[in-house]
Amino acid sequence: MDVMQPFYDICADPKAYARRWKARTGGKVVGTLCSYAPEELILAAGALGFRLVGGSGAISKADAHLQAYSCSLVRGALEDALSHRLDFLDGTIFPHTCDSIQRLSDIWRMNAHTGFHLDVVLPVKLNTASARDYMTAVMRKARSGLENMLEKAISDDDLRQAADTYNRIRATMKRLYAIRRERPGAIAGRDMHAIARAAMVMDRHDFLADLTRVVDQVADTETAARGDAKRIFLSGGVCNLPDVYGFIEAAGGAVVGDDLCTGSRQLMGAIDLKDDPIDAISRRYSERAVCPAKHTGVRTRGEELVRMAKEANAQGVIFLYLKFCDPHAFDYPYLKDTLAAEGIPTLLMELEEQTASDGQFQTRCEAFMEML
Amino acid sequence: MSNQDKPIDFEKERRKIKSVKKMKDIMTHYYIDAKTAGETGKKVAWITSGGPVEPLIAMDVIPVYPENHGAMIGASKMGVDLCEKAEGMGYSGDLCTYALADIACSPVDGGPIGGLPKPDMLVCCNNICGTVLKWYEVQARYYDVPLFILDTPFCHTEFSAEAQQYVRRQLDEYLVFLETACGRTCDRDRLQEVGRLSMAGQRLWQAVLDTTVNKPAPMSAFDAFFHLALIVTLRGTQTVIDYYTELLAEMQTRVAEGISAVPDEQHRLLWDNLPIWYRTKWLSEKFASHKACLVADTYTSAWCGSLQYMNEDDFLGSMAEGYSRIYLNIGTDQMAAMVLGMIDKYAAEGLVMHSNRSCKPYSLGQYDIARIVQEQRGLPTLIIEANMTDARSFSESQVETRIDAFMEMLKA
Repeated sequence: MDVMQPFYDICADPKAYARRWKARTGGKVVGTLCSYAPEELILAAGALGFRLVGGSGAISKADAHLQAYSCSLVRGALEDALSHRLDFLDGTIFPHTCDSIQRLSDIWRMNAHTGFHLDVVLPVKLNTASARDYMTAVMRKARSGLENMLEKAISDDDLRQAADTYNRIRATMKRLYAIRRERPGAIAGRDMHAIARAAMVMDRHDFLADLTRVVDQVADTETAARGDAKRIFLSGGVCNLPDVYGFIEAAGGAVVGDDLCTGSRQLMGAIDLKDDPIDAISRRYSERAVCPAKHTGVRTRGEELVRMAKEANAQGVIFLYLKFCDPHAFDYPYLKDTLAAEGIPTLLMELEEQTASDGQFQTRCEAFMEML
Repeated sequence: MSNQDKPIDFEKERRKIKSVKKMKDIMTHYYIDAKTAGETGKKVAWITSGGPVEPLIAMDVIPVYPENHGAMIGASKMGVDLCEKAEGMGYSGDLCTYALADIACSPVDGGPIGGLPKPDMLVCCNNICGTVLKWYEVQARYYDVPLFILDTPFCHTEFSAEAQQYVRRQLDEYLVFLETACGRTCDRDRLQEVGRLSMAGQRLWQAVLDTTVNKPAPMSAFDAFFHLALIVTLRGTQTVIDYYTELLAEMQTRVAEGISAVPDEQHRLLWDNLPIWYRTKWLSEKFASHKACLVADTYTSAWCGSLQYMNEDDFLGSMAEGYSRIYLNIGTDQMAAMVLGMIDKYAAEGLVMHSNRSCKPYSLGQYDIARIVQEQRGLPTLIIEANMTDARSFSESQVETRIDAFMEMLKA
């Protein structure tokens, strides 16, 4: 059996997977809106975290609530909710990040009928003592909120076990990222995408088992090194467009790393299991690679991106931004200039969920690879 | 024909608000003071419009408001050029046009007053949006000055105890930040006094806005957009109190004498969102031509809307709640409740919403508010698509058609 098959099955229809999971286990499914949703708490409660990364159809119902200048993530997610495509959810968690998800939470609470609604109002600032204390207080509150809504007590042991599972997932993902960095092409871009996508919806224990199988196999397989491929680092937010990887590879590139919200940002950072579990989980969310809607310093994102791109020995960086994503768009000129100062050229691709497969992306990709 | 030859329109002269000149003088002096801060040895802090200015006043730091600057850029129709410049720098045209105009102004000292005075420090409070965080990060890198962020957790359904604690602690951090930047301690008694003046100013501003409960209304939202500048920029000073005391007296006189903002006022409307700065005059005249007065708005009242959470006897302590629970930092359903309250208070017959593609936290949720207003009061809403600074997204003919159709429906 192809070790990648389970991931592709889920990507083909994540919602059908969640429904099957629910029927099979009798468990509860909790929707989440971004990578700051404390998934460890959901797992500790025995529920399935189901990340919403956009919609699965044309927008019509959501247009009555959200202007066309909102990003495809918030419009798509709301469309799915209003069209009853998310009827398998027992509730939804809205972590506080950007202005759009903030208002989506209100609109969702007022209009969608997807079970309970939990706002986790995280700090925006992450680099001060008071912000970290607040983060911990918010996590404690989220824990008791989830306990009430899922009608399930979450013990410290449950939390430690969940944190341990996420640590293993993140350590295994780190291994995979390292292999990809050392041997570009060892795993196809679309395979990486399928894994990252499944990571957001699959039963996390099953995911860990299947992921480990893939990584072991990739580690053991001698792949012809794509020595001629241009080493590309992806930077941006939510990428739910598998075609992107195909375009990059067809144009002669190989992705050697990313800082995507649907990539390394959700899949990196260990939780210290020696500490109080809520303290430790909170610390991981404060210290992980930062979303541009959060603040850890005025230059941290630029420094971090340069460090990661250099570590991956990237020849070029492609920014993948959702159209109307303000936090990313504000950082772009600074990040571009910071990379340019290090001699790393960049390409900006503004995406909307439904419009990625047009020829423009391909053409620009090819031109960028030629330039490198 | 020169001005001297023009026959005087006595009716129009009578209708003009006389305090306008004084207000212009105050603002001119304020900007001269700010721009000459380097010579007088005073420090300059850039601060967001919803930010806690009182500690700056107490520390003799001159507060400067890039958002007020953005409004001036829009009103003087320089927004398109500056926003285009920002796009040339790599910023998306979909971003906040206040931010775009301000960022583009910095390297060229552009805009109507030749750029803002350089900041010694930046104070960013995210109670109005997440955009200001990104904007102030950009400026903190450009000017290489310290940035203080007052993080006010969003109140979807509540202002939580943990948020209260977090914001309260940050207010102490804010004072330490200012003391470090200024090299001297903050006199807490002075801060308490500034707080008292701030609250008195807010009460007066509310009283000025409340004069429009009278029929006809002595002023309109378009006048409020103009007179707002003081409560934003000089809140916490005696100047504000003196000015609004005078303005209030003028409004009361107008009420007594039956002088209305709009001749023969027949319809009363409520405005939502930021002004369309480059078209306020046109919009004002357009609505007036239908004998409609925009009697109140959700925007200018935001600078006195959280007075109920402030405590004069413990100003510093109550700032946490006062600055967290402002209009834009609360849930859409709470905003709708406030809109309903304003509709009742000012006897509005309809809602005019500026769907501002430049301001997501203000605009996303408007459709639901419009629906609630329709359901609960049976009142219609007109939605105008635009943004506050950059005229490129404003289609005059389309807006005109919509206003005409809306007004015909109201009259029917």
